[in-house]
Amino acid sequence: MPAETTNVVESLAQLTLFADLTQPRLEEVAHTVGEEVFAEGQRVLRQGMSGGGLFIILDGEAEIVIDGDRRARLGRGDFFGEIAALTGDSPTADVVAATMLRCATVSGPELEGFLLEHPSVMFRMLKAEARRLRAANEWQR
Amino acid sequence: MAAVERPYPPGDYDVVVVGSGPGGLQSAYCLTRAGVEHLAVISRDDEPAGMFRRFPVFQRLISWTKPQAPVERESREYEWYDHNSLLGDEPGHRGLMPMFMDRSFDVPAREEMEAALRAYVDRTTLRIRYGCTLECVRRAADGLVLETSDGDYRCKVAVFALGVTEAWLPAIPGVEAARHYVDTGRPADYDGKRVVIIGKRNSGFELAQGLLPWAREIALVSPRPVETAVLAHSALRVRYLQPYDEYVRGGFGTYVVDAAIERIERVNGGFRVHAAGTTWPGKLELDGDEVIVATGFRTPLEPLAELDVATVADGRIPAQTPFWESISAPGVFFAGNATQGARGMAKHGAAANSTSVNGFRYNARVLAGHIAEEHLGIRHERPRLERDEVLPLVLAELARAPELWIQKGYLGRALSFGSDGIRDEGIVPLARFVDDAGPDAVAASVETGADGKIVPVLYVRSGGRVDEHVLAPHPLHEFDGADHRAELEGRLKPLLS
Repeated sequence: MPAETTNVVESLAQLTLFADLTQPRLEEVAHTVGEEVFAEGQRVLRQGMSGGGLFIILDGEAEIVIDGDRRARLGRGDFFGEIAALTGDSPTADVVAATMLRCATVSGPELEGFLLEHPSVMFRMLKAEARRLRAANEWQR
Repeated sequence: MAAVERPYPPGDYDVVVVGSGPGGLQSAYCLTRAGVEHLAVISRDDEPAGMFRRFPVFQRLISWTKPQAPVERESREYEWYDHNSLLGDEPGHRGLMPMFMDRSFDVPAREEMEAALRAYVDRTTLRIRYGCTLECVRRAADGLVLETSDGDYRCKVAVFALGVTEAWLPAIPGVEAARHYVDTGRPADYDGKRVVIIGKRNSGFELAQGLLPWAREIALVSPRPVETAVLAHSALRVRYLQPYDEYVRGGFGTYVVDAAIERIERVNGGFRVHAAGTTWPGKLELDGDEVIVATGFRTPLEPLAELDVATVADGRIPAQTPFWESISAPGVFFAGNATQGARGMAKHGAAANSTSVNGFRYNARVLAGHIAEEHLGIRHERPRLERDEVLPLVLAELARAPELWIQKGYLGRALSFGSDGIRDEGIVPLARFVDDAGPDAVAASVETGADGKIVPVLYVRSGGRVDEHVLAPHPLHEFDGADHRAELEGRLKPLLS
């Protein structure tokens, strides 16, 4: 029987977020995260509604939409949903699949445990958040 | 074999259902009841009941049917107590499972399940063309062409209830030398042997539990730790946790190991599994007389290869819209266990019960109505409601509707408040209700909240905007009391005024 060619482990291995993980650890992460695929136009996160989780883009692009306005476009390796999942608040934006979109996912209730289990992923995520915060501060000046 | 009637010869149909397991049978029944006349049902098998004629290997299902319940067996409410019977519109078609159980357990054995499905086919007079194998599906200008061993079926849309029972193998060097769960064989074949089981989810634990009385040594190994919290809330815990329990209590002979498998090697007529720790540092070699790969199953999508069906879960399951249509191949619908590939709202990570009969039987009924209406133009008048009927109906649904309680966070009961009055829109996928435009309306659902508590939730669409209202939980799950009524009334005020 042929094995799968495009598997989640291989996709994760190519992303900065998981760059520090050993191969066994990467396989463990691949078995822990979910995989979801969205059709173009499908909503992934819903502004103002509870729930959600961390989404990491494996393939395709997504748009961040606030009150109907497109604000940003995300691509492979980008992640979203983590702020609402960490604070327990509802997402402040819609995230809509701009193309067919494949994501690795960690649900809200599982996120804290996932990050504590994988501190190198948490550190990479923190660095990305720091860059976002600096970009937002510079934009405000 | 004596000559038997073979219905549905190749030709032109509105809808073709492929499969005669529970997903195919439920779809065929519901499509007929939704008014679809030009329907064909084909199956490669010779008899109904699909996977239950082969699996689970150790015979007993994990989903309950309670022969005795506080409600009548033929009532809609009984469905919550009976997760294995298919749905029927008429009392004589409902709640068939308990009639075939010997009641030594409240979960049926698979031959009991098979008998109940056979009885369903007899009672509902469903017709199926058996021995008709799907070979290839291609797109035509006005729909699909299903090439089968009996000839071509042309249709507008097709419902594929192909099951999720094909072996799925991970990319481990040497894995082809091991056997998969589906080829486990008889427990007695493992008498006195050392068995390495790769996989620590349902099928891995099912095998380990079943082999405890036979095998000399059992090691379960896979990268991810056992989800004890999930198992604790699962129907699996009683029968599958014993191997884990033996390991946790210490001792020798039963092991549950977190490790990634590097390769499987043939050694002296047996096997050596080379593994690297995931939650612990280091490497390990596990010797076994047998290696069984219990790494899960997939939908056999080979006949649909030409349509480029997108998948999830490492290629195991087709990715679907909230109405169970392939997200990449229009007109290709799925039924049965494969409907787990439609995620729905999945708030707080909770999935619906689409992997088992109790959940996907409702998906099939909603899908049948959707296909009849959207693809064939068979529109059923929505029952009109009076203003004073709204609150009692919504409260009763929140308290007892089996669709809401079983397909939590996926299916809801919707009412619309249009210019021609209040209409009962029936059971709908919540994701479509929330994301689609439409008239003022409410959808009521039962969901698992962030803290794991079960809560009633309302989605109120007013002036084109949908707001979510999470209502309070109740220790007895009584969602139809005075407090919930008062909150519901307040939330619906804009629609009822």
